[in-house]
Amino acid sequence: MAHAHESNTKRIWIVFGILSVITLVEVYLGIIKPDSLHLAGPGTSWLNWIFIILTLAKAYGIAWVFMHLEGEKKWFRRSIVWSAVFLIIYLVTLLLIEGDYLYETLSPLVNW
Amino acid sequence: MEANIAVPNDNNKETWGGGNVKPFGASYGKMMMWFFILSDALTFSGFLAAYGLTRYKFIDSWPIADEVFTHVPFVHGEFPMIYVAIMTFILIFSSVTMVLAVDAGHQMKKNKVAWYMFATIIGGVIFVGSQAWEWNTFINGTYGAVKTKEGKVLQFVKDGKQIALADFVTNTRTDDREQHTAKNGLWFESEKTISNYSVAQVIAAYEANPDIQVRTELMDMDLKKKTILSREEGALQLAKTKMVVEGANLRANEYGNTIFADFFFFITGFHGFHVISGIILNIIVFFNVILGTYEKRGHYEMVEKVGLYWHFVDLVWVFVFTFFYLV
Repeated sequence: MAHAHESNTKRIWIVFGILSVITLVEVYLGIIKPDSLHLAGPGTSWLNWIFIILTLAKAYGIAWVFMHLEGEKKWFRRSIVWSAVFLIIYLVTLLLIEGDYLYETLSPLVNW
Repeated sequence: MEANIAVPNDNNKETWGGGNVKPFGASYGKMMMWFFILSDALTFSGFLAAYGLTRYKFIDSWPIADEVFTHVPFVHGEFPMIYVAIMTFILIFSSVTMVLAVDAGHQMKKNKVAWYMFATIIGGVIFVGSQAWEWNTFINGTYGAVKTKEGKVLQFVKDGKQIALADFVTNTRTDDREQHTAKNGLWFESEKTISNYSVAQVIAAYEANPDIQVRTELMDMDLKKKTILSREEGALQLAKTKMVVEGANLRANEYGNTIFADFFFFITGFHGFHVISGIILNIIVFFNVILGTYEKRGHYEMVEKVGLYWHFVDLVWVFVFTFFYLV
């Protein structure tokens, strides 16, 4: 961390601007919900995919710049990010498949 | 050997700091904060994944979030999503002041660190306050609904828009039911708040108002809208009514599936608990900055470590915001 004593103020504000714009886009899309994005898409709607990708972009901004992961040693960073990414993808995949199975199995038994 | 074990060395003071050994070039405290954050992130992932599973399980009847969270304090009318967006901004902004405090710490500017820490604390307090308001609105409810013996929630609509019980149930209550209090009953017994309207009263009001229709939880998956029943079908469903629901608690809520409210309370509550812990840590660090503790120590690493936790709280909120309010 040779550059630890330099000020990164400008960069921080730029990242804040990017995070704000992403949030605004998310909220705007969430309010208008265009039918073309909301009612079609692979697996879930296109709109949901956009939300998920934008959220991951925000998470990257917060973790890399605000939490300063970019300045840590490569394998320290990987010990955190790879563990989290692998375990979360694993868990979410299994649980969503299970949830879908429960829906397929139980919903025919529900009388509306 | 010595690289791996904290053996007593010449400078005993450093032993609990890892014996001066710094794997990955990170200090002991910072590394442990990161690994704590990793494990906490997995806890939150567990909650959100469980929410996902449940939502998939009830994919055709899950409440639509932007019909539930529509209120903004001091303003009348429906503004879906706006208030949560404001809360998100507040939290991101307090993350920015936190990172500015860390930055000022690197330059050993004590006053700047103190002011930025102060701003971060204020941001956190505003966020928790907003969350309390959000809970209050959610618990009190807006429209009211009825729940059938099968556990389904029926809401009322007029011209396709949801209408509150108070707007059309104007007949008098006939079952003489009164809230049990210490004044009118046994002083040592208490009763949970009873609903403002009786089941018979709601059904009578429905029959008296031909322009009111019943909306069920079932979603039309092609249009992603809830099903509105005809007058006759509505009357058939209403006949199965067990109770009137106003607002939300852990057993019933007017929005739909009981477990929807349970997840709302659990996930946002657990996050709010993290925010409160973060505020307390920030306050402790704030006073240490003012007292000059870190100035004497020669570095502001503690601000950095607490900052990591604070950013993590923000990071979690980004995901809660997406999966609870947007998706």
